[in-house]
Parts: sequence; C-alpha cells; structure tokens
Amino acid sequence: MRATIAAERRALRAARPRNPARAWVHAGRILLLVVGAAGFLVPFLWMVDTALKTTAQTFHIPPVFLPHPLILSNFTKGWTVLPFSHYLVNTVFLVCVNLVGTLVSSTLVAFSFSRLRWRGRDTLFFLVLSTLMLPYVVTLVPSFIIFHWLHWVNTFLPLTVPSFFATNPFNIFLLRQYFLTIPRELDEAARLDGASSIWLLTRVIVPLSSPALGAVVIFSFTATWNDFVGPLIYLGKPALYTLALGLQQLQGYSPGGLVTPWNTLMAVALLVMLPCIVLFFLAQRQFIQGINLSGVER
Amino acid sequence: MSRAETLRGWLFASPWILGFCAFTGLPLALSLWYSFTSFDLIHKAHWVGLANYAYLLHSHTFWVSMYDTAYYSMGVVVLQLALGLSIAMLLNFRSRGSGLLRTIYYLPAVTSGVAVALLWGWLLDPTAGLIDQFLRSIGLPGPLWLGSPHWAKPAFILMSVWGIGPTIVLFIAALQGVRSELVDAARVDGATSWRVFLHIVLPAISPMMLFVLVVSVIGSFQVFIPAYVLTGGGPVHSTYFAVLRIYQLAFQYLQFGQATAMAWLMVLMLLAITGIQFALSGRWVYYAGDHRR
Repeated sequence: MRATIAAERRALRAARPRNPARAWVHAGRILLLVVGAAGFLVPFLWMVDTALKTTAQTFHIPPVFLPHPLILSNFTKGWTVLPFSHYLVNTVFLVCVNLVGTLVSSTLVAFSFSRLRWRGRDTLFFLVLSTLMLPYVVTLVPSFIIFHWLHWVNTFLPLTVPSFFATNPFNIFLLRQYFLTIPRELDEAARLDGASSIWLLTRVIVPLSSPALGAVVIFSFTATWNDFVGPLIYLGKPALYTLALGLQQLQGYSPGGLVTPWNTLMAVALLVMLPCIVLFFLAQRQFIQGINLSGVER
Repeated sequence: MSRAETLRGWLFASPWILGFCAFTGLPLALSLWYSFTSFDLIHKAHWVGLANYAYLLHSHTFWVSMYDTAYYSMGVVVLQLALGLSIAMLLNFRSRGSGLLRTIYYLPAVTSGVAVALLWGWLLDPTAGLIDQFLRSIGLPGPLWLGSPHWAKPAFILMSVWGIGPTIVLFIAALQGVRSELVDAARVDGATSWRVFLHIVLPAISPMMLFVLVVSVIGSFQVFIPAYVLTGGGPVHSTYFAVLRIYQLAFQYLQFGQATAMAWLMVLMLLAITGIQFALSGRWVYYAGDHRR
C-alpha cells in the first residue's frame, strides 16, 4: 500500500513538473531512455531487415537499410532446407507436455507449502530454496548417465517426465508466495463446509491465482521453447530435433558457399523467436488485468 | 498438527519430494561418486581417488577456462548492477509512454538461446556486421570481436546486456519501496540529489542489490550457448567457459570422471564466492527494521 502511494506521489511529481528546470531534467531523462530503447530495438530491426534482403545486399558495405528488392524467399528457403515444420511439431509437443506437467505439479506442491500445515514443511521448503541456487551443470552430466541407463536417451522422456515432478524450484517459490497472499479465512470457511483440500485448491486457490499461474505459464513456455542444452544432450536423432537444435544445425548448413547465409539464418531465427515475443505481448496484458481483477485486491 | 494433516501435506508435496530425490539428490550423489572414478559410460567405473581433481588443478586448460569464466562473469555482474540500476532509476516514473519504454527494455529478455546467439553473431560480424560498420562510419576501428582473443569476451559481455530486462524490473520494484517521506525530509533539509541517492536510496535497495549480485554471479558462471554456437571456445581458448569445457569433457571425450570433478570444482568456487558475498553483505546491506547495526 505504502509503495503504491509513494509511486503515485512520485508519478504526480514527474507528471507535473513544478519549475522549468525540472521539466528539462524530465526531458533529458526521456531522451536518454528513448536512445537506450532504440539501442535495445535495433538488433530486432536489423534482424527483420536482413531477413528481407538478397545475399548481395546482405553483405553490402556500407549497409543497405531498405531492402531492394524486398524478398520473402529467405523465410521459405530457410524453413524448408531443413525440416523446420517437423522441428516445430516436436517443440510444440515438448512445450505442451511441460506446461501441463509444470502447472499441475507446481500448483500441488506450492499449495502444500503455503496452505497446509505439516511436520517437516519448513525444512523441506528450505531445501527448495537452496536448489534455486544450485548450478544446473552439476546435475547435467549424472542426469544424462541416469537417463542413459533407463534407455531414455533419444526419446522425449528426459525432457518431459521431470516437469511432472516440479523440478523447477522457481515455479514452486513463485506460486507459494502468491498463494500466501490469499486470505486464510477462505480456507477456514471452506473447511467448515466440509470441503476437501483438493476442492479448496481447485475451486478457491487456483481461480484466484491467475496472475501467478500466468507467470508460470510464460516462464515455462519460454524456457522450454528456448531450451538448447537439454535437446542437445538427449536428442541425437534429427527426427526428434527441436527448433533450437535445428537453428543451430542450419548455421553450419551453407549450401555451396563458405560464407554464413546470414539472411536465411536471420529469417528462420526470427520465426523461432516470434512466438515468445507474441506471447509476451499477450500475456503482459493478461498479467496486468489478472492483478487488477484478482480477489486479493477486493 | 495431526498425523492426517502431516500425511496430507506430504502427499501434496510428493511430486517435488520424489522429483528432488530422483532428479537432484540422486544425480548429486552419483556425480560426487563419479568424480572419484574413471568412467566412459561403456566400461565399468573404477576408483581413482583424487586423480581427476589433481589432474584438473594441474592442467593449464582448466585454469584458462576458469579465467575466461571469471572474466565474463565479472563483466556481466558489473554491467547488470550498474546499468540495471541506472535504467531502473530512469524508468521509475509513471506517465504516458513509460509502459511502452519498460516493455521495450524487457522484450529482449523473452528471447534467448540459439536465435539470440546467431543474431549477435551477425551483429558482431567484423566485415558486414552492423556494429563494426557503425563504428567505422564514425571513424573508430571495428574490432574483430569473436575473431579476436582480446575482444571475444567483451563481445559476449556486451551481448548479455541485451537481456538485462529482469534486473531492471527487480530494481524498479525495489526503488518503489523506498520511503518517499525520507527522501522528502532530506530534500527539505537541503540534501543534494547525489546525497539522497547515496544515503537513502542506495541503503534502501541494498538487499535487492545483494540478490541481483548473487543471482547474476551464479547465472553468468554457467554461460554456454553463445560460446557453443558462435566460437566453440576460441579463438585461442579465449571463450572456453567452464560449462563448455565440462560439456566437451563429458560428451565429446567421454571423460565423465573429469567432467563431474570439474562441475564440483565449479560449484565449490561458486559456494565460496556466494559465501564471501553474504559475509561481506553485513557491511553494506541494510535491512530496514534490523537494529543490530
């Protein structure tokens, strides 16, 4: 509450400068921010620009900013030189399974750590927090050995099964923190009416937690979509490749030339990035709405 | 707490408990065991004691790899803290356009991995890349970037700045928690903006700075994709980051003993660094409501 009042007061101060000096400072700040933002956007623009150019214009010095002729063949050529549609299907499959696994398991576990009282809970939660700090590289190699024993290498199992066991502690933490903000009276009222824990979770807690669940969806989506190390280690067969692996393969695939075909590479890289960008714009709105609409505020 | 309650709690937490045992606990134990063996996945592992550790600590490549990693990490951490906080302070206002600006600064962070590495490989291309063409157009020599042993690490550090969005978001949240009555009171007493920043804002956000520091050290120590995709560790081992070395030891040379030993050495180093950070934090991190100081 205090934070919002402070923010509001500061916003008022920023919006209505009291004297000309302030106005100049504000204008300077906006200028700096716009220049910086341009710097953050230029790589995207350059990527789109390159993707629309012919090879001759791609390597032209000084650079050509307006592609002429404007071509779309880099997209079609790059996408079909390797079976990217197939990689897309694989990636979408992994993303869907991971989303279901992560949502179900993290919600159950976070519910237990936030709304149930049981012996050993705080000790185990401390363990969850410490795994947040654990570098993935220390479990990377032995996990591979375990999945090798199980004959799971060259299947999707190493990249899907763990998600059903809430293996990303960040999601548990995020959901737990959110669940803790939901008033306990709701639990007590439900319990008095004889409701079970699973009813309480699915009918009360989950409907009130869409912002936090939305955040988990965004983070798991982008993490699985962009994952490279997992597919690199576990998926040795081209039939199982994901978009990230395919993209890396495409880099070494320059038919008949020694130069890297940056225009086709940028075209495919752009297509690979696009869903994450779209999701971010969509979910950003939902995120804000979710926070405004959630029962916590009322 | 009744037995039924405890049982229910464990039941709901069981996915994580099982997952922790199978996908964290067991691998950790195995990894420790393999680090004392010679193992190639095909033949039976045999005990070699501390030989893997001794080999690594005496090998030049190991230290080159640790140096590359520490250099990169230092650069990333300094920029995350300094630029992250600067941009957050600039962005910490609300009026028309502020939302759009925040979106733009955050956007690159939702993309990551191979696509981003390739994009930067192209931006940093020494002949036709946009960055060097720009530098040359204003009369500066364009470095070879990923083609030069001296510029490859700075190039990767520059690339990491593009993903600074989450740090900015964290700092904005921390800045909004700074109590404005303190700032106003100091201003009434005639404090300059710099002194307000130094004595009020900085102490108030110091816990967040510690958090960003710890998280970005751990994160940057594990850099892998840019080096794997763009340089393969070169030129002249200048981007031979620890995870790349571990990956090669395990999956190219099938030296699983050395790979796990190196992973453990890295974890020990990170533990030591994090421990030092927490130990020193008592001197500069201020927790409101903590009156021990």
